[in-house]
Amino acid sequence: MTATVPLPATPAAKGGGRAVRTLPFIAPSVAVLLVWMIVPLAMTLWFSFQRYNLLNPFLTGFAGVENYQYLFEDPALWSALANTLLLVGWVLVSTVVLGTLFAVLFDQDFFGRGVARLFVIAPFFVMPTVSALIWKNLLMHPVNGFFAYVSRSLGLPVIDWFTNIPLTAIIVMVAWQWVPFATLILLTAIQSLDRDQMEAARMDGAKSIALFRYIIVPHLMRPIAIVVMIETLFLLSIFAEILVTTSGGPGVATTNLTYLIYVRALLEFDVGGASAGGVVAIILANIIAFFLIRTIARNLTA
Amino acid sequence: MATVQLKSVEKAYAGHKVIHGVDLEIRDREFMVFVGPSGCGKSTLLRMIAGLEEITGGDLLIDGTRANDVSPDRRGLAMVFQSYALYPHMTVADNMGFALKLAKVPEAERNAKVAAAAKILKLEDYLDRKPKALSGGQRQRVAIGRAIVRAPKVFLFDEPLSNLDAALRVQMRIELARLHKELDATMIYVTHDQVEAMTLADRIVVLNAGKIEQVGRPLELYERPRNLFVAGFLGSPKMNFVETAVQSADATGVTVGLPGGHSIKIAAKPARVAKGDRVTLGVRAEHLVVDPAGALVGRADVVEHLGGEVLAYVDIGGSMVVAKLPGHDRIVVGDPVSLAIRDGGAILFDAKGEAMPALGA
Ligand SMILES: Nc1ncnc2c1ncn2[C@@H]1O[C@H](COP(=O)(O)OP(=O)(O)O)[C@@H](O)[C@H]1O
Ligand SMILES: [Mg+2]
Repeated sequence: MTATVPLPATPAAKGGGRAVRTLPFIAPSVAVLLVWMIVPLAMTLWFSFQRYNLLNPFLTGFAGVENYQYLFEDPALWSALANTLLLVGWVLVSTVVLGTLFAVLFDQDFFGRGVARLFVIAPFFVMPTVSALIWKNLLMHPVNGFFAYVSRSLGLPVIDWFTNIPLTAIIVMVAWQWVPFATLILLTAIQSLDRDQMEAARMDGAKSIALFRYIIVPHLMRPIAIVVMIETLFLLSIFAEILVTTSGGPGVATTNLTYLIYVRALLEFDVGGASAGGVVAIILANIIAFFLIRTIARNLTA
Repeated sequence: MATVQLKSVEKAYAGHKVIHGVDLEIRDREFMVFVGPSGCGKSTLLRMIAGLEEITGGDLLIDGTRANDVSPDRRGLAMVFQSYALYPHMTVADNMGFALKLAKVPEAERNAKVAAAAKILKLEDYLDRKPKALSGGQRQRVAIGRAIVRAPKVFLFDEPLSNLDAALRVQMRIELARLHKELDATMIYVTHDQVEAMTLADRIVVLNAGKIEQVGRPLELYERPRNLFVAGFLGSPKMNFVETAVQSADATGVTVGLPGGHSIKIAAKPARVAKGDRVTLGVRAEHLVVDPAGALVGRADVVEHLGGEVLAYVDIGGSMVVAKLPGHDRIVVGDPVSLAIRDGGAILFDAKGEAMPALGA
């Protein structure tokens, strides 16, 4: 999935006003990037208007909006869109909340802080497929899983995560992978908070909660916006975790847009239909990016 | 009423002592200035009073009650930081009213207090702005306003003017003096700038390497420094020091040799010295006058015409002394100069650097 990100309006870098003309220097890289982006985008667009199914090589030619019509009439698309948004939204909420709490916690001085910080960062270095396998087989498995063991020991009913609450299970898993990223960014942000400001607040009578609410959180708004933006771009295209654990199921309960395109293209061999899905994904990513960049740009200039 | 007392207060960081037993009493409504070179422990001392640093040893008494373990917001103090430490996401009004808001003061009363402080500091037109949209001097005033609004018993300032440019610094210095009169509050003020100390203080504490060197009124310290450190730290240009030896000492004074073979008799009590002891002669630049019969003979090495006065750096056989001469003096580099010391203008320091008392003192 490609997201072409609209940049906030910056003062135009005109070659004429400067002493050195910069265009010749940046032109090669701009050209390469443009080709890099434009070629796949153009091909996707092209295929999305073609009859192109690998199972039937004789069915070719211009399809008009047929692929799109078929896609929009398919209830799987709407559920995939909803799943994508739910997945992105809940992972964002949980990583930002947990990341903020961890950042505040790991900013405190305590014995073994260095090691603890290492552990909280560690999930970020685990490959998505590996982490998905671990969650599926060692933690959430209804028979052998650790959670099931805990439930049984406490006499509680065992949850079959990937059958009963599959999307929640995926959200938990993905959030686990992304909390370190949020923690890392927010921790460095907290450390850049002016020490005098904290002390002034302490003298003004701000205790832990007020300090958090009135000083730390406002200071973190900007880095949080950055975390949200970067995570969103990655979360829109979550794939490995779904493939490894639920394969989009049960039914289409955990099929997001990326996974739907995969199913269309590589399981049903309908390249045209998959390309139409890809175009929808690009449009979705652009809509989200537009709003994100706009809020963040306002945040950065404010 | 607001007094602050320090009783052999000590501070150590990880076993390394930076404040060595400070005893001090700050009186009600006094403007007390802590002055000393960078790193001597001024900020540490102030921060211990504020409650931002743990007190390692000794007692802190505020209004006679031990306050070592009282939390910073309950000591009745307000602090103005060198970096201003304004809350960047709050407006000027919110910055100033933050403490009251946390103390759950009703909004109407809070606004009234903020408005009153803004009036004193001429900030009325800026109440809705964020700190970023203010100049350095305005930010400084907001920081002071934040302290005023709390109506503290004691104001603490940690080098509040050192981030301002020279002209603004002079202006703010005057405003601070006015503010002290207007608010009638006890103030403790830290600076490394001896001019600020001399101009603002009711009393000055000179600190050096975590110890108090001397406490007293500005002129008292200037005229009767207790030792070489205080003598050298206060005053600009720096006091002249000439290393020399005692030639004779009796009830009428102490006679010391000078470079170039002359000698001079100083009206100091002879008690602690004998012939041959090493001493340091200290003379302030304004106590040197051109006099053909003067005992300090040399050549002008550097001459600075400042308009109202002339600073002449004179080489007297190896040591350099600076004399402050009237502005109309037309002395030029290379001129031979003879300088005499005005009566009572010299101080002798013994080998340990302690000032020797004057005769009749
Ligand atoms: N947090 C700290 N840890 C260790 N040493 C410190 C700390 N803060 C200050 N010091 C030391 O204490 C001494 C006094 O510092 P400070 O009070 O800031 O000096 P001043 O304000 O007079 O310039 C310095 O030598 C400084 O290195
Ligand atoms: Mg300091």
